[in-house]
Amino acid sequence: MKVLVPVKRVVDANVKIRVKPDKSGVDLTNVKMTVNPFCEIAIEEAVRMKEAGTATEVVAVAVGVSACQEQLRTCLALGADRAVLIETDVDIQPLGVATALKALQEKEQADIILFGKQSIDGDNGQTGQMFAALTGMPQGTFASEVTIENGKAYVTREVDGGLQKISTSLPVVITTDLRLNEPRYASLPNIMKAKKKQMDIFTPEELGVDVTPTLEVLSVEPPPVRAAGIKVESVEELVDKLKNEAKVIP
Amino acid sequence: MSTLVVAEHDNAELKPVTLVVVAAASAIGGDIDILVAGGGCSAVADEAAKIVCVSKVLLADNDAYTHQLAENIAPLVAELGAGYTHVLAAHTTTGKNFLPRVAATLGVAQISDIIGVDSPDTFKRPFYAGNAIATVKSSDAIKVVSVRGTAYDGVAAEGGSAAIEAVTSVHDAGLSSFISEEIAKLERPELTAASIIISGGRGMQSGENFKLLEGIADKLGAAIGASRAAVDAGFVPNDMQVGQTGKIVAPDLYIAVGISGAIQHLAGMKDSKVIVAINKDGDAPIFQIADYGLVADLFQALPELEALL
Ligand SMILES: Cc1cc2nc3c(=O)[nH]c(=O)nc-3n(C[C@H](O)[C@H](O)[C@H](O)COP(=O)(O)OP(=O)(O)OC[C@H]3O[C@@H](n4cnc5c(N)ncnc54)[C@H](O)[C@@H]3O)c2cc1C
Ligand SMILES: Nc1ncnc2c1ncn2[C@@H]1O[C@H](COP(=O)(O)O)[C@@H](O)[C@H]1O
Repeated sequence: MKVLVPVKRVVDANVKIRVKPDKSGVDLTNVKMTVNPFCEIAIEEAVRMKEAGTATEVVAVAVGVSACQEQLRTCLALGADRAVLIETDVDIQPLGVATALKALQEKEQADIILFGKQSIDGDNGQTGQMFAALTGMPQGTFASEVTIENGKAYVTREVDGGLQKISTSLPVVITTDLRLNEPRYASLPNIMKAKKKQMDIFTPEELGVDVTPTLEVLSVEPPPVRAAGIKVESVEELVDKLKNEAKVIP
Repeated sequence: MSTLVVAEHDNAELKPVTLVVVAAASAIGGDIDILVAGGGCSAVADEAAKIVCVSKVLLADNDAYTHQLAENIAPLVAELGAGYTHVLAAHTTTGKNFLPRVAATLGVAQISDIIGVDSPDTFKRPFYAGNAIATVKSSDAIKVVSVRGTAYDGVAAEGGSAAIEAVTSVHDAGLSSFISEEIAKLERPELTAASIIISGGRGMQSGENFKLLEGIADKLGAAIGASRAAVDAGFVPNDMQVGQTGKIVAPDLYIAVGISGAIQHLAGMKDSKVIVAINKDGDAPIFQIADYGLVADLFQALPELEALL
């Protein structure tokens, strides 16, 4: 069984981003970039499927600028067998990514496509579900447990009320939640090995797809700042403030 | 201009977040219809018909829709939605599951998690864990939009008298089946609906210690939340996680106990009206956004607080 893992290059989760003064976007100069944390979890799950003998090949794919090769090399070091970059300078949006990935899937014919549930820069939470719609596949979103058995996927999903279990036919789209697994670190020998692994690069045009976005970002602003608060000295003072100043408790 | 709002419900009751989505639809303007898709959900349609500013309720009552499986719901919403200028749903795990499928089926973008409507084609939405707010304009013929549960006050649940119309088309894709669910039994208000929330983090040290929060929650009628670290450590279940990738809340009072204040946690609660932080580390980032900060050991402060309420 082949597993395809779409990975996004994003700003590191620990970076406190700044909005550009001219409101044109977020300042990304000299900011540390990484594999989107949810995609790291997806790679880990795919590699575990291979180690367990469920999967035979793990292919990582990114859609974006040439520098995404760095993140794809990381995925190769973490255990992916080969990588594909669909290279574009367009500020690509979920429907464009899903369309490009659909064209790749037509070549790859993967059985399991493991997305992250959300990119931590865009916070869209759309791409996996869109890809599933375009390819007519079932989806197991926000997965905290996945088992592949007898030609079916069994997925435990983290939903607002608790947990839900579903089963689906294959091929299937899975999107990962935080508690699916804990990703490993790449070892030095594996980082060296990753340099020799295969990486193919296509353009959207070569795949015959148009990835032009239909959403235009008019402006980007920082969120409103909260007025500075105070420190209270004791629990009594806290209760007094909440009752008499903020008036939020009776 | 016309909007189709997809109701959120559990086949028995309409979820209050639907009223927030209707409020967003009113901000867009034009006629508002509500789709109630489920199995044995006619009571929900009756409830939806009473919501103010709703013109019509579409009731798709079929076994295929009982568990809101995206493979079945999305084609239904896409088929009906093709007749509207806007399709709206809540940015909950249910909405997040099926709505992008609707958008892709219609061949349009989705605008996720909006917090405001500037005009019928222009919306405000947070990204980068709420550290930036984008104003986004769509050139698509149909705008598919998910609405943050804290974006608006809900419209009135009573006062309308919309007609209910049955939808007969059935989409049963046969791709997925529901097996089971473990839905947390709530003895307290639901997190996203509570006006007071007290949340515990890694500093709580164990699930057992969450009892210290329960006593206070009972006195205040509060809901209990948690940080990711507390959920990952197994102290409490996933449905209690507040944050960028958990639930987004904005109660009147949010009390963060033993939570450091990572940006991913702040993303889920920094729009609360009053924020209280109890943490033994005076330099913890949570104090930067707290209206009232108490530097103290939670194991001393919590029993004292409970006694004083
Ligand atoms: C992709 C991604 C998504 C994420 N999504 C979320 C999310 O949705 N929600 C979320 O919460 N986090 C999320 N996180 C995790 C986040 O980055 C932090 O790791 C997490 O919020 C930390 O939880 P915490 O504050 O409970 O733990 P810690 O950061 O360990 O803080 C514990 C605090 O408790 C205090 N403390 C300890 N003992 C006591 C005591 N006896 N009395 C008083 N205070 C005490 C300490 O001083 C410390 O400040 C995400 C991270 C990533 C990478
Ligand atoms: N440019 C991209 N390249 C590859 N995968 C992507 C890209 N954008 C999004 N994805 C995938 O879709 C998931 C959800 O992203 P989003 O819909 O942007 O929240 C990510 O975790 C990735 O698995």
